Amino acid sequence: MINLELPKKIKNAESMAHQMAASVFRPIARKYDTIEHCDTPKELIPMGQMLAAGAAAGQLGSGGSGSGGDVKNGGNMQAIVGTTEMAWGCCGLMLSLPGMGLGNAAISAVGSPEQKEKFGKLYCAMAITEPNCGSDSAAVQTTAELDGDEWVLNGEKIFATAADRGDAVVVWATLDKSIGKAAIKSFLVEKGTPGMSVVRVEDKLGLRVSDTAALLFDNCRIPKENIMGDPEIADTEAARKKAFGGVMQTFDNTRPQVAAMALGVARAALELALELLEKEQVKPEYDKSFFNSTALEAELYKMEANLEASRLLTLKAAWMADNKIPNSKEASMCKAKAGRVANAVTLRCVEICGTLGYSENNLLEKFARDSKILDIFEGTQQIQQLIVARHVLGKSSKDLK
Amino acid sequence: MSEQAPDLLFDLNLTEEQRIMRESLARFSEIEVASISRQADEAGQAPEGFYDKTAELGLSLLSIPEAYGGAGIPRSVLSNMLNAEDLGKGDMSLALGALTPLSFVNMLLDYGSEDQQEKYLTGIADETFKIATVALMEPRATFDATTSSTSTIETTAVLSGSGYVLNGEKSMVALAEDALHILVIARCDDDVGAFIVDKGTEGLTIEKEKFMGLRPLDLCRVVLNDVVINVDARLSGEAQPFDVQRLVDLGSIGLSAVVVGCCQAVVDYVVPYVNERVAFGEPISNRQSVAFMVADMATELEAMRLMVYRAASRAEQGLAFHKEAYLARILVAERAMEIGTNGVQLLGGHGFTREHPVELWYRNLRAMGILQGVAIV
Repeated sequence: MINLELPKKIKNAESMAHQMAASVFRPIARKYDTIEHCDTPKELIPMGQMLAAGAAAGQLGSGGSGSGGDVKNGGNMQAIVGTTEMAWGCCGLMLSLPGMGLGNAAISAVGSPEQKEKFGKLYCAMAITEPNCGSDSAAVQTTAELDGDEWVLNGEKIFATAADRGDAVVVWATLDKSIGKAAIKSFLVEKGTPGMSVVRVEDKLGLRVSDTAALLFDNCRIPKENIMGDPEIADTEAARKKAFGGVMQTFDNTRPQVAAMALGVARAALELALELLEKEQVKPEYDKSFFNSTALEAELYKMEANLEASRLLTLKAAWMADNKIPNSKEASMCKAKAGRVANAVTLRCVEICGTLGYSENNLLEKFARDSKILDIFEGTQQIQQLIVARHVLGKSSKDLK
Repeated sequence: MSEQAPDLLFDLNLTEEQRIMRESLARFSEIEVASISRQADEAGQAPEGFYDKTAELGLSLLSIPEAYGGAGIPRSVLSNMLNAEDLGKGDMSLALGALTPLSFVNMLLDYGSEDQQEKYLTGIADETFKIATVALMEPRATFDATTSSTSTIETTAVLSGSGYVLNGEKSMVALAEDALHILVIARCDDDVGAFIVDKGTEGLTIEKEKFMGLRPLDLCRVVLNDVVINVDARLSGEAQPFDVQRLVDLGSIGLSAVVVGCCQAVVDYVVPYVNERVAFGEPISNRQSVAFMVADMATELEAMRLMVYRAASRAEQGLAFHKEAYLARILVAERAMEIGTNGVQLLGGHGFTREHPVELWYRNLRAMGILQGVAIV
């Protein structure tokens, strides 16, 4: 039966995450935005340990209960509400939580039992982007060559979240540049492996506390068993397509998570703006005709409506993932909508609140800066539109470039 | 309204009954509604006998108690919403027309006494189409769905002797010309009430108004000039006091659902068009400027749909749904008009001709930001 309310179990997770975000993240959000480059903030360590223990005990990612028959509200939906609330507190700090790296998501999605055992407990970053390839992840130039019992990695990676602070990195590299997509594999590299070095940590517009590192691989040797997924290059065209499709499927789960970050940051901005505006006697009551509202009230309603629409799209994508329904289109839809809405809402809140919004005395300007990347990483707005368009129009990536 | 929801899971699956109904309504909508959409628009009215076909579906009669000639199936806001969406895909005017009696029925079920239900519903529960409608909007005021005390309704009902005297002007009243009963929403002292005015009552003037779109819907101006009705023609509000806000919110859900259906029709129409239309040697959909417009239409449509579903599912569960309906209306009004505009744009000059339905949808979708009071869910 159609129901878009969250069940109790998910709601409880939501309010727990909200409390943690309010008590742990919010009070130190400005402080670490200013400090920018540092080790993992000490305030986050207890929370990181707790979340890791929770994950190990299987508390995270288990399904909700209720009278839903075969329907599941599971790990994806729970992650959406948790991420939203934590990003509401501070998205940069959330991404700095030890043990919650993107690499961890990849390992739990495609890692072997041995890899999960060994790396699952570590703090794992993900390194895909290179100086000359971003969204076009099939064009990676970093190479992996088998030499006896070891893979030898060579190349340069940039924009790897948590690669400086993390314990390990999942690295995308090609076995043969001439083959393209099908030759791209991912590899687990532990921190301190000779040949891997952190070149620099980026200075950024937002999410400043989260470390974004550039890595250099210079004849970096890792054990043969550190390759993830099938080590063979598929020999037929169909199998090659399928192999890369499998890699790309990770994004169907991670895109809604980034959409959730956007929801959290945008709601934080809207709430704070409303709080500031209420002191000026501006308060949306949802009881006036849209046309009888002031321009400002009308705009607040619109922002709220768009935010709620983004939230429902995101929940739908997560619900589909939980119920094993292919959700590539919906994952891109929610990322596209939530990303652009979050950008617009956070920036508009700065403008609406004038000097208060622009001032570093409030968090509005930080929310606006933080939100920008959410319409960029895990696929830019334009990439999401491309994916949605291909689905809706039934086009291949050759037809619609 | 309780906030005690049963612990349901988030779910977008239809019930078995809804799935079966969808299948048959989708067929009906395509074969019987979409096919005559243009003809009805040009004629400014539904073709003879069309509404009798919809009456056979029994959409308005389902929840009328068996004793009064209905099917006695508990009213489902969700099912009604899905029906509205499916019919709206065929044609907005004809969908709203076919469902107009339902808004009257719903108000009677919500606020009518047993006697009132027996008296008025029995006459409507028929296999041929019997019209009853709701008159909420007024020509001067943009209707403020606020609490009754601050509502901007100007039509008045004054208690005098054994009856009420009604004065005022209502606009955009669907199918009013042929309505057996019109439920007039009017101010009475400090309250807002609902009063049933029968066809032909003295002092009642009905004039058809012409609009940019929704032409076959027979939207009328209803003038009440010292119209006298019996005291028991005011909805009693026995079970729950009459709530104009609830009427407006149900109307937002109902109209939004019809509009979601129409927007789906737009997307379904432009996709094959841009895929087949060749310019500079390839389909225009191979170009991002075209493809991204389509992607946004599809994304916003899905967002609109989920907003409407949420408001309806809350109403169905007996949860407060005012805010959800309000926000759904805002989003749907804005995005639906955009989808209507882009539907024309994507067909270029061809979209501007009446050879294609996109200009018709463009005109009809404009009503989303204006029309109120169609409590068809």
